[in-house]
Amino acid sequence: MFERLQDRVNADTRLVRRGRLVDAVVLVGAGETRYRLTFRAGRIEAVEKGPFVMPGCTFALHADAEDWDRFAEARPAPGYHDLFALLKRRRLRIEGNLHPFMANLFYFKAVFAALRPEGA
Amino acid sequence: MAARIEPVSGHYMHLEIEGRPHRVYFEEAGEGIPLVCLHTAGADGRQYRAILNDPEITRHFRVIAYDMPWHGKSSPPAGWQEEDYALTSRAYVNQVLAVCEALDLDRPVVMGCSIGGRIVLHLAEEYADRFRALIGLQSSAHVDPYYDLDWLHRPDVHGEVCAAVVSGLVAPASPEADRWETLWHYCQGGPGIFKGDLHFYKIDGDIRDRLHRIDPARCPIHLLTGEYDYSCAPEDTAEVARGIGGGVEPVTMKDMGHFPMSENPDAFRRYLLPVLDAIRARG
Repeated sequence: MFERLQDRVNADTRLVRRGRLVDAVVLVGAGETRYRLTFRAGRIEAVEKGPFVMPGCTFALHADAEDWDRFAEARPAPGYHDLFALLKRRRLRIEGNLHPFMANLFYFKAVFAALRPEGA
Repeated sequence: MAARIEPVSGHYMHLEIEGRPHRVYFEEAGEGIPLVCLHTAGADGRQYRAILNDPEITRHFRVIAYDMPWHGKSSPPAGWQEEDYALTSRAYVNQVLAVCEALDLDRPVVMGCSIGGRIVLHLAEEYADRFRALIGLQSSAHVDPYYDLDWLHRPDVHGEVCAAVVSGLVAPASPEADRWETLWHYCQGGPGIFKGDLHFYKIDGDIRDRLHRIDPARCPIHLLTGEYDYSCAPEDTAEVARGIGGGVEPVTMKDMGHFPMSENPDAFRRYLLPVLDAIRARG
């Protein structure tokens, strides 16, 4: 499901501008499945699906696949509508160098919100 | 085209809070029962712009929304550059009492949101007889930290992180203009101020073990909570009501988040007006 982020993010010029200082490799865990998202100057350069052998990353986000599915719904239920809502409910784990994540928090929240159907 | 001027006036008052001189900004509108409005952590009184402009409310209530010291157009106390701001329960209670006394308010209603929704519980416990009623929006007895608060005040992270942290507390259905107005207030907060408010919200202001001392018969308490708020979820407010032990019936607001008066004023007034009617009916 994370593959679709590449086109959606790169087509959003305002979002790319917001993330213009973002260079990071983000590992996303959806249950046992891993994705590696490579960000350069606010664009997503690549989305690769695992498995990987010893994947390096700037930071990593892990949640159950079902939780990502609920997060990605057009109208998510309370508690599934924001990365920090998942964090508060202990459904999301964030690890690694969090500086680029927190310094660009509006950007990364919008990137993951792009999992939702367009116009949602 | 002539400008439309709102029926809201703003003033600066000078008063002492805990023995220190303060310059505090407040806005007011209307006549009648004083209704003091307390904003959320890291924001300011502009969150109550719609309440101040609501003729159905200002016909019967003198609505007063002040910016807490360090917030909005209120100044920090002289010497602020030498201290780290960290709000405590005692300082917050004393601040509300000082403002009510300085404005010579007769048994006002106090309505607070988030940290304001917490402090009304402290006021109910300690000073019930001084208030006509208390309204808690997004009231909880405590909140466990769920992210590292140090990110909110670092020279290498812009202060807009405060707005980004709270952005998910606005419900998905709230109007875009009001959502981003609400977040703009957070973008404008002074360095370290949101974090300093959260010292009260997440650490010092825990009132779980004192809820049973609150007696709604002495001062009625109304609790309204948005369903999309994960900082203070409806179950947290239900826990408050259970802790008080009866006499409080929390209301869950559909499609509403953590900032009801600011993120979706039209939807919020439908929940607030019956509460204000009930307060007026009691006299």
